[in-house]
Amino acid sequence: MSETDSIEFFTSFRVEDLWFLLEAAGRTLLISVLGISGGTVLGIAFGWLLSIGRWYGAATLGWVLDVFRSVPLIIQLVLFFNFFPIVGFPLDPFGAGTLVLVMYTSALVAQVARGGIEAVSISTRRAARSLGMSYWQDLRYVVWPIGIRAVLPSWTGVALGVLKDTALVSVLGYMELLRASQILITRTQEPFLVLAVVGAFYFALSFPIARFSERLERRWSHD
Amino acid sequence: MDYTFHWRPVIRKLPDLLEAALVTLEVAVLSMVIGILIGLALALIRMSGKRSTVWFAVGWIEIARNTPALLQLFFFGFGLGAFGFHLSPYMIVLCGLSFNNAGYLAENFRGGFNAIPDTQYRAARSLGMSAIQAYARIIIPQVFRIVYYPMTNQMVWAVLMSSLGMLVGFRELTGETQFLASKTFRIFEYFLFTAAIYYGLVKIILGASRLIAWRLFRY
Repeated sequence: MSETDSIEFFTSFRVEDLWFLLEAAGRTLLISVLGISGGTVLGIAFGWLLSIGRWYGAATLGWVLDVFRSVPLIIQLVLFFNFFPIVGFPLDPFGAGTLVLVMYTSALVAQVARGGIEAVSISTRRAARSLGMSYWQDLRYVVWPIGIRAVLPSWTGVALGVLKDTALVSVLGYMELLRASQILITRTQEPFLVLAVVGAFYFALSFPIARFSERLERRWSHD
Repeated sequence: MDYTFHWRPVIRKLPDLLEAALVTLEVAVLSMVIGILIGLALALIRMSGKRSTVWFAVGWIEIARNTPALLQLFFFGFGLGAFGFHLSPYMIVLCGLSFNNAGYLAENFRGGFNAIPDTQYRAARSLGMSAIQAYARIIIPQVFRIVYYPMTNQMVWAVLMSSLGMLVGFRELTGETQFLASKTFRIFEYFLFTAAIYYGLVKIILGASRLIAWRLFRY
């Protein structure tokens, strides 16, 4: 068989492949937004529970969250992906990945939220209460605005970390950016080019958020 | 629930897992040592303000911090392979982790250097120290104290990140677990044990770092 009529297994990188990657980047963004927003809401609730400082809260919730922070995400993903079918709720990679990301994010955010609540001095809170504010008014109008200024940089750090960690959901088979890159590498045999393009996609997602938070932080520190 | 747990194969292979945990620890510690050295250099280059070299440090730091660690590992694995540099799985993980650690640590170091007032350096110089002496004896020890806790965090991250070695064929703790689990299909049982081992590793590191801090920063 001559060279010309052999089947082509590998084709070079084309412009259409950028669309393929863009679509995958959309999925990365989707699972990141779900994981970060769900994890943040849950994490703030956990952080508040921890800040109340009852011993049983620290002993149970604190310990569970500590475990989520001390075990690699990849282990958590594999573990839960295999655990859900055992208890009779088989989940697809997207569902299992989102659930694990939410729990993982909430464990990280809980620590940040607790730090934010504790950044508000107790005398400030007592002053709020003595002005006639209820407990919830104190949380909403005193603790929240002060606390969020204190911990916004750490929260951004967590959010950006999770955005990059979504690359691990590819292990379960979810077609996000990194898995798309693996498929393209197999077809084009141009690992360097594909990885550089995918790196640029991640950079484009992550860098603007980092810069925006830096600017916000600087603006807040002036007033 | 019609699933029966089988723990015996895991318990029988526990020595193998613990041995792999040592490999994880080794690669994490090595990548931290390399990362600290490169990170220190990157921070100093970035602060030097020389246009010809700053772009290199800024580029390294921003790429390390704004792309997934797994992508960086793949880059050292497949990316360099395209140019004919074939690294062993061990080297891929070590290079990838060191690259990542250096980027994050450089920013920590920069924050540490900025926290030391300029007058410290000038006072050291006016006492007759050379620039190198002033840095080695006055500035860096103080910076080290400031960045000690961020560095401990980075060490924990390095241990957790080394689990990505599984995906480039490196037999550290996670890779070994995956290898053993694929032989018996007791995936859940194996990974549960491994999770416990990671938890123990992290606790040991945090405990050791507290002990070292207590010895170093007593005064």
